[in-house]
Amino acid sequence: MTTQPRFPAASRLLHWLMAPMVIAMLFIGVGMAASVSRRYDLLVSIHRPLGIAILVLCAARIVNRFINPPPDLPETVPSLQRFAAKASHIVLYALMLIMPLVGWGMLSAARYPIVLYGPVRLPPILPHDLTLYAWLRDLHTGLAYLLFATFLAHFGAALYHGLIRRDDVFGSMAWWEQGSMQLARTNPAPIQNSTQTPEP
Amino acid sequence: MKPLWFKAATATNPGLLVRLGAIGAVMLSVTGAFAYTGGWLSPARLTQDRMMAAFRDANGTHVGFRRNHAKGVCVTGWFESSGQAAAISKAAVFRPGRVPVIGRFALAGGMPFQPDAPNTVRSMALSFLSPGGEEWRTGMNNIPVFPVNSARGFYEQLLAYSPEPATGKPDPAKIKAFLAGHPEAARALALIKKREITSGFANSTFNGLNAFRFVDAAGAPTAVRWSAVPVQPVAADATEPPETGDENYLFDELIAQITQRPRQWRLIVTIGRAGDPTDDATQPWPEGRRQIDAGTVTIDRASSEDGGRCTAINYDPLVLPAGIEPSDDPLLSARSAAYARSFTLRAEEEHEKPPSAVTPKEVRAGGKS
Repeated sequence: MTTQPRFPAASRLLHWLMAPMVIAMLFIGVGMAASVSRRYDLLVSIHRPLGIAILVLCAARIVNRFINPPPDLPETVPSLQRFAAKASHIVLYALMLIMPLVGWGMLSAARYPIVLYGPVRLPPILPHDLTLYAWLRDLHTGLAYLLFATFLAHFGAALYHGLIRRDDVFGSMAWWEQGSMQLARTNPAPIQNSTQTPEP
Repeated sequence: MKPLWFKAATATNPGLLVRLGAIGAVMLSVTGAFAYTGGWLSPARLTQDRMMAAFRDANGTHVGFRRNHAKGVCVTGWFESSGQAAAISKAAVFRPGRVPVIGRFALAGGMPFQPDAPNTVRSMALSFLSPGGEEWRTGMNNIPVFPVNSARGFYEQLLAYSPEPATGKPDPAKIKAFLAGHPEAARALALIKKREITSGFANSTFNGLNAFRFVDAAGAPTAVRWSAVPVQPVAADATEPPETGDENYLFDELIAQITQRPRQWRLIVTIGRAGDPTDDATQPWPEGRRQIDAGTVTIDRASSEDGGRCTAINYDPLVLPAGIEPSDDPLLSARSAAYARSFTLRAEEEHEKPPSAVTPKEVRAGGKS
């Protein structure tokens, strides 16, 4: 069928579990920072536990990456794109890990209670310090914009692989069976001189 | 100029342009949705930044200070629970016993150097530090009801009462228009105007104004409002500031009184009945509601904000222990959001902040500057 191996099932599961969480987190974050409505309290109370869930899942994902290494990109991918892919994945992993920690740290420095749900609270991880809070709060915003930009690049690159290059990189992370990608590949004229076996 | 590869690709495969366009459209839509969520595409939406801008218009720029209730002093003491509120709230703070309290007395308004005046709204903010790290923070005012019942109402009130650049005074026409558009504010302001104004902070009653829900161990909710009622005898009105010209006379008197002996307030919890408004802080609850004396707040030490323990605390009304929950009052979420933004701004500006009106030296001198 194709030469491009898929991501292992555990990797795909973690990817598709976390993707909506991270996207929701970005929108909840930017929305609550602008809101003075009733939604503010609701969004904040979702933002905290969701962030901690992403932290835990991201740690699991890093462990999984060592157990189940991702498949290599097809050899047709130029080296610059190869580098961009590697770098953007490192940035994504780093941000998914650091953002919740910065959030936890900044709430600690402000001495806000870190409520997960009801009486379930996390302890502060940093001393009560206004200057430290200000620094972490700005960092949290800055990193959030960086994460949004990296997510956009990642999403754009996935679509580029799926719709333009049609080289099965998109399919390697898809949750559906690879055969269903046939629909997108019925056009038999891929633009690159692909070394891959064309679909029958 | 389209690059050659692009021309070649589209020439050989007309569908490519559509697919590239689709990717571009998806990227733009996601970015647009993000920008919309952040309020950048909706100039009319009331955001935290626009609320802060309204404070700036109303009060000027005061770097490093709270955007509202900017002039204040820190205090510490304790809360001795009577245990009587424990029947309707499982919060640890209401079990019989004593918890430390970090508080702040302040004057409403965003001007940190305004001269003390009898009519200026006084506030008392308290943070109860329960064992186990749970905190309860509340800000209370010496007015019977809040002037507005929504974030939008608060914003419009701020703008209506902002001084005009030409005259330095609010425009009466704008105030008239605001009151016409907000009959609830007109009614509330009439009640506020009639309130008894005492001689100082120590004999003021401070009301929580917003409704909350107490939740007992079985999960049953009770609608409540709370107040701090002074144990000190209420002295007659002091309608004029003293002749001495001390611009901090209210704070200095409070500091002197606390230095002399601790001052106390009873924490009175009023129980709402079905039908009592919990989502409208402009409406008082009818007289005769059952009240519980939850315990006594004792304040035994005052300090300047500069170096005081209250300075790094945001008295966010939604910092609540398990057993106290927000009501459906939209002001709670609005206050929480605006306080958070104000807190972040002053934290960012902390290194530029000038000394507060009530300095450590003034407090050490026993409040006599």
